[in-house]
Formats: sequence, C-alpha cells, structure tokens
Amino acid sequence: MNSYFVKRLISMLITLWLIITLTFFLMHAIPGSPFTSDKNTNEAVQNNLKSFYHLDEPLYVQYGAYLKSLLTLDLGPSIKQSSFTVNDLIGRGIPVSFELGFWTLLVAVVSGILLGVAAALRHNGIIDYLAMTFAVLGISVPSFVMATLLIQQFAVNWPILPVATWASPKHMILPILALATGPMAIIARLTRSSMIEVLAQDYIRTARAKGLSPVKIVFKHALRNALMPVVTLLGALAASILTGTFVIEKIFAIPGMGKYFVESINQRDYPVIMGTTVFYSVVLIIMLYLVDLAYGIIDPRIKLGKKEG
Amino acid sequence: MKKVLQVNDLHVSFRTYGGEVKAVRGVTFDLNKGETLAIVGESGCGKSVTSQSIMRLIPNPPGRIVSGSILFKDKDLTKVSEPEMRKIRGADISMIFQDPMTALNPTITVGEQIIEGIRQHKKVTAAEAKNAAVDMLDLVGIPSPEARLKQYPHQFSGGMRQRIVIAMALVCQPEVLIADEPTTALDVTIQAQILELFRDIQEKTGVSIILITHDLGVVAQVADRIAVMYAGKIVETGSRREIFYNPQHPYTRGLLRSVPRLDIEGADLVPIGGSPPDLFSPPAGCPFAARCEYAMDVCDRVYPSETRLSSNHQVDCWLQDERAKKLMAAMN
Amino acid sequence: MALRKQQETHEAAVIPDEWFVPKTKNKGEEEAVVRPSLSYWKDAWRRLKKNKLAMAGLLFLVFLTVMAVIGPMISPHSVAEQNLRNQNLPPSGDYWFGTDKLGRDMFVRVWYGARISLFVGVVAALADFIIGIIYGGVSGYKGGRTDHIMMRIVEILYGLPYLLVVILLMVVMGPGLLTIIVALSATGWIGMARIVRGQVLQIKNYEYVLASKTFGTKTARIIRKNLLPNTMGPIIVQITLTVPSAIFAEAFLSFLGLGIQSPYTSWGMMASDGLSSILTGHWWRLVFPAFFISATMFAFNVVGDGLQDALDPRLRR
Repeated sequence: MNSYFVKRLISMLITLWLIITLTFFLMHAIPGSPFTSDKNTNEAVQNNLKSFYHLDEPLYVQYGAYLKSLLTLDLGPSIKQSSFTVNDLIGRGIPVSFELGFWTLLVAVVSGILLGVAAALRHNGIIDYLAMTFAVLGISVPSFVMATLLIQQFAVNWPILPVATWASPKHMILPILALATGPMAIIARLTRSSMIEVLAQDYIRTARAKGLSPVKIVFKHALRNALMPVVTLLGALAASILTGTFVIEKIFAIPGMGKYFVESINQRDYPVIMGTTVFYSVVLIIMLYLVDLAYGIIDPRIKLGKKEG
Repeated sequence: MKKVLQVNDLHVSFRTYGGEVKAVRGVTFDLNKGETLAIVGESGCGKSVTSQSIMRLIPNPPGRIVSGSILFKDKDLTKVSEPEMRKIRGADISMIFQDPMTALNPTITVGEQIIEGIRQHKKVTAAEAKNAAVDMLDLVGIPSPEARLKQYPHQFSGGMRQRIVIAMALVCQPEVLIADEPTTALDVTIQAQILELFRDIQEKTGVSIILITHDLGVVAQVADRIAVMYAGKIVETGSRREIFYNPQHPYTRGLLRSVPRLDIEGADLVPIGGSPPDLFSPPAGCPFAARCEYAMDVCDRVYPSETRLSSNHQVDCWLQDERAKKLMAAMN
Repeated sequence: MALRKQQETHEAAVIPDEWFVPKTKNKGEEEAVVRPSLSYWKDAWRRLKKNKLAMAGLLFLVFLTVMAVIGPMISPHSVAEQNLRNQNLPPSGDYWFGTDKLGRDMFVRVWYGARISLFVGVVAALADFIIGIIYGGVSGYKGGRTDHIMMRIVEILYGLPYLLVVILLMVVMGPGLLTIIVALSATGWIGMARIVRGQVLQIKNYEYVLASKTFGTKTARIIRKNLLPNTMGPIIVQITLTVPSAIFAEAFLSFLGLGIQSPYTSWGMMASDGLSSILTGHWWRLVFPAFFISATMFAFNVVGDGLQDALDPRLRR
C-alpha cells in the first residue's frame, strides 16, 4: 500500500513535470511575443516590458524561475490583464467552471447509468433499442450543436429559460444539458455492455438460485461489478468535460476558466496559458488517482498496484 | 417412500439461429425423500437443462418449458408465478453449480452472500442470520468460520469455495438440493472430500439430492439411484446396484465400459463410437440406434416404450421385446 | 398428454415382426449434414449486412464521399466567391443551401467542409493506426522490460489532457490542416497502441505462434504474418471510431477559431460562424453544418458498432 502510494506519487509528479516542461517550451516556440500585437508601443517600451517580465533572459533561466515559483504555488502575473495575477484569474474562473463541470458530471453519470441499466435489463427489447439509438445520437452531436439546438428550442422558440451568464440555477440548466449529453451517452453505452456481460456471469445465476428479487440482483450483485469500466472512464471523461467547458462557456457567455483560457491563447498571454494548463493537469491527474482508489474500493481483488487471483 | 419431487414428461426447447433445439424430450422421474438420485450422461444430453428447469432458471428467451409438469409440494413448478418461484428457490429447492471459482460474487464478502439468502427467506435478526451462517460454515467444514465470514471469495481455495457454495445452498434447510457437476472443476483429492461432505450432510439434514454428473466414479460413491440420460431422454433408471451390475440399455453398458475400472481384472476400456444425434431434428426412433451395436430396423422407426424390470429398474430399449431376444439368441 | 405419449411410443404388439432384424447400415445417413462454413470475413460481411442501421450509415458515408468530390463542381459558385449583395439569402434555386454573411454559397462550402472533415478524420486515423500498431505491436510482442518501460511512457502520456495538448500545438504551429492532423495524431495513437498490445499479449502464446517461433521465423515476419491478421477485428473497430473522434476534434477546434483558416472552411468553422444566426433567424447557416457534423459522426459510430458485432459475434451486444 505505502510503496504503491509512493510509486504512484512519483509517476504523478513526473507526468506533471512533463506537462509543465512541454507547455513551457512549446509556448516559447510560438513566433512573436505578447507585445507584438500592440502597435502603439515602440521598441524601447517593448524591451522594457520584456525585461519586466524576464522575457529577455535565456529560456532555461526563465524555465528555472517558473519552476521555482510553481513550488510556492505562484503562477505569476498575467501579462495582458496586468492588474491580475494568474492565481487571481483562476480563483475567479474556477468556481464557475467547477460548478458547471460538477453538475454536468453528476447529471451524466446518474442518467447514463440508469439508461444503461434499463437497456441491459431489456436486452434486445424496445427500450434497449431506443436507449441505444438515443445514445449513439448523443455521442454524435457535438456539444456546441447541442447547445445551439437547446437555445433555439428553449430560449428562442419557446422562451422559458435564460441563455447567457451564470446568475441563477435556471441559467445553469441549458449549459449543463448541452455539456452532459455526450458523456451521458458514452456512460450509458458502456454501462449497458458491461451490465449485459455481468448478468451472464455464474454468480448472477447463483444469486437467482438463492431466490433474490431482480431488483436486489441488479443493484446489489450486478451493478457494482458492471461499473468497473465506467469508473475507468470517469477520469478521461472528467477531462473532456473540463475542456468541453471552453466551448459551452463561449456560447453561453459564462465567466468561467474556459473563457480566460481561450482569450489567453489568442493574446499569447504566456503565464495564463501556462497556469491554466498546469492547473487543469493537476485536476486531471488527481481525478485519475481517485479513479484508481475507487477501483480498489469497488473490487476487493485489486490490491492497489497489482491484481491477485 | 415419500416422493418430494415428481417430474412428468418434461419437454424443454431453445430457440436458436438454426432452429429449435429440443434439449429435453419427455423426461420423467421421481425423487424420494432423503435419497441421492444421480442423473448421468455425456455433455449436451440435457441433464443440466433438466435441473435448471426444475429451478426455472432456464434463460427465457431463448429457452422455454414446452410441456410436462414438475410437482413439488402439490404445486406444479412449471405453472407457479415468478414471485412464488422466488420463494421456493433457495428455501425449498437449492442449487449448486459446477465452477466454484465463478459461482461466488467477487465483490461481496462470503458472509454477506450466505446471510442474504437467509434474510431473503426467513424473518430473522441480523445477529441470528449471522449465527446461522457461522453454524453452516462450520457444518461444511470451514475452520474458524466467524473470521472467514468477513473475507472475499478470492481469499479461498477452490475446494473451500465449493464448501461455501454448498453452505449457501443449505442454509435455509431446503428439501431438495440440485448439484450440477459439483466436483468436476476440483482436484481429485478435493473431489473425494466434497463427496464425503455430501454424504455427511444428507445424514444430518435428510435433504434429497439430485446429482448431475458425467462422472461414473462420483456416481458410484454417492448415488442411491441412477438415471441415465441420452439425447434429451432418460433411457434407463435403476438403483446403483442395478445400473452398475445389471445394466440393460446398450448405452448404459457402453458408458460403464468406457470407465477405467480397477476392480475387474482384464477389463478393457471401450469407447462408444460416433456422436450423439443433432437435437434440431432428433430421430423418430431410438436416438442411440446410430451408435448401437445391436440396432435393429425397429430402433430407427419407433422409440421403444418403457420396460419395467423391478420396482426401481426401468429401461427404454427394443432389446427387451421378446422378438428381439429371440433374434439375439439366434444370432449367437 | 396421454395422447402425445401414444403417438411417440406404439404398443409393442402393433409393431410388425419383420422390423426385428439387424439394422441395415447405410453409411451416408450417419454422416451429419454440416452447414457450409463461411470464411471469417464473408461471415462478418453477412452479419454486417443484416444490421440495417450500420448499412444505412455505410450508405451515407459513401454518399458523403461522392458529394465531397463532386459537390463543389455541381454548383456554379466557388468556395471563396463573395457576393456582398447576396448576404444571408435563404435556400433557393440559385443558392441551394442559402448564403452566409459574406454572401458565399453554403452548398459549395458544406461539401468543401466535408472534404476537410473526411480528410482530417481518415488521415488522423491512419496515422494513429500506423504509430499505434508499431508501438503496441513491439511492446506486446517483446514483453518483459521493454513492454514495462513502453507502457509506463504510455501511462504518463495518457495523463496529459488531450485537448490541451492539441490546443497548445495549434497555437505553436499556427492554425492549419497539417497542424490539426499532427496535433490529433500526436495524442490519438495511445488508445490504438493499448488495444494492439492487449491483442498481441493475448494471442502471442497461441500454439501457431510458438510453432513458427520454433522454426526460427523472424520477429517482424511473425508480427506481420501471424499476429496482425488475428488482431484485426478490434483494430478495425478502433479505426472506425477514431475517424469520428478526429472529425469531432477538428470541429471543436475550428469552432474555437483554432482550426482551418478562411477562405477555406470546415463544418466546425461554419457552425461557429452560424452561431449568431439563431438570434437573426438565418437558420440555414447553422442547420446545414450542424446536421452534417452530427450525421457523419452518427454514421461512423453505427458502422463502427456494426463492425464490432460483425467481427466478434461472441461479444454480440
């Protein structure tokens, strides 16, 4: 357990370091500096700005300095929005993005699992067929198309819901629905196929031979085992929901992290791009770690790190 | 002797891609109180389907009980509702399956898997259920049962797991226990222990056992009566003594000759040539005729009716007909 | 029930005596009729043909490919042709899918977008396939330490947020078709490598592989001749599912303004352009690209699902 934890921590740190390094050097390979677009500034001013942000120093010095400041959890100042630090921007954007992401994940997981279970129980029946057609549709329609369809329906044709900003729970409904459809469809398909596989297992027959009711068999004996592949997927899914928020935040004018990220890319705001990437990576890596932990809890055969039997 | 279970002319079919497989074609037998009835036959002969039909565990679709009756406590199990059947499963009739490695849920403690069966059928407190589970594990020979209740299936060996499966099946004191190839997946030494356990338990609880197996060695050790199945039909039934020492059906004789025996000097192993018939379109006559060395024209045309040789011993074979006996005598 | 019994087993007395003679054996009857066995691929194709949804998807993809080639030629307009007097025209005889805010013909642009989307999807899937199969094949076949190290690397790469990497690469290399493909393949091969490795591990100990090993066959030849043909099923499915995810990623990037640049276009970019049309009522500017993205994704997904069922009937879902 302990040695596994240490190994895991080391591999997480290596991943993180790779991401930071990759991002750092990729970004500085971008032609042009953050100030080239400002036409009004002359060369002297530009050089002053560069030296203020240490952009005139050799790359490895900047890299070292950045790593050092990261250790103190300081992501540096924003170049474009000079009154803010990157920490400020993340501090403002993240609560909103997190709220959006959390509810999306919750909606997607709960409805996806229910849909998948229902389809598996009526394997090859009409419910199965409908649910799976719906699921393939859900996977096929990109979130931005979904978002526009929802806006068209519920804000323009039949205006019952607001579309822009992030003011009340009512404002959240459409963005969450738009973002949750895809992941929900993926979870539903996966739950269904693994549920069908589990329901064919010998231990399910044993449970039936004990006289247990179908409800007990499904929820106590089958679901837990069927959820393993779904749990595996959650890490990657959380990441895709995180990035999915970029688009949704753009469409619904939600003041979350995605908005700052896209802006920072267009404006070559290095520290913000770096900071956001690092932050997202940390979130993702932690998610993947939690998935591993959840694995061990769901399946007692898996002693963290290795499989038995 | 009291009959606890009566199966009458049971027909079970499976719908598949290629058509309807008639897996069980008119099986009739009784199970007496406290006895062990072995159903013997090669794989695909319908013995497992018969046992799962009694529990109504045939996956439907594609399988279904076409006709016949299964009488248990004045009820026809082919007709009772599913909720009613659930009350019978595990409480009155229990079943254990072939592979103990897959029969237990890997993510639930063995204790919980035993206790949930008790609580499904009996109004008892959690503590009482736990005590019953501990007693049961003790009975099937699992050391320090209290501690092992908290463990998961993967922490047990194959033989131990089969003991747990047996404990699980017996914990509600059922009247009938159906064991489908209970020792096939186990090592030979463990097999002997498990068979010993069956005898021991039957003595203590008086449970009636239907033992499904293809292994005549197992049958010889525990069965009181034996039913030999071939191509969806029971071709011969009799007491253990009758089947082993006075087999009448050529298939039964063939089976016995294909088992290595140490007790008879100079006995050769003789395999039965050919393979069982296709159950998509079973032959009109005796299904064994194609492989039978004594086959006559009549065997291909008409299925033989039952001949009663003693109160227990019955056989479906044309060789029992007087005319056939004359023919055989003339040929020798 | 009594009746049934009678039909099956006659009373012995009514059976004629002459039937009691040794059976006249005719060999032909004993040999059971065996269903003619189809080859694996023929059998798979037969199963696929039965799947109506998958066949419809396949048909749509053929249609799409044909239209991507000839679509822009049918229309009198060209992809970059702007006509500011004809802004935001609804679909008509002249402009079949209407025009956009710069007066460009939507019909031509939709098929032009199809070219880009299909090209991106197919090339990215191909690149994934080649990298993934080499990496996964070597890792699985070599096993041991090599496998361990190669899989560690994959594990770490798997931890990278995929779209972030793509976005960063787009920023660095500048938007464009080549960049999109490089960016997509740089991250996309990991899934393929994992699948190939799993397949190889599963079958490399099969006897026929061991047999060719004992004959001293070279590693490369064993991989090519023995392993690949037997691992194709899941790999083909993975390819069919990579294409839509590449198309999806391209649409996503173009939507964010990081993809194809004007005057060229893709469906994602057109959808992004058309977003404002919800409020102005120019529905055709959004509906056509949105429909084609979704329909193409749907088609690839159902074909992929159909192939999965057809190629591995044991896993029939």
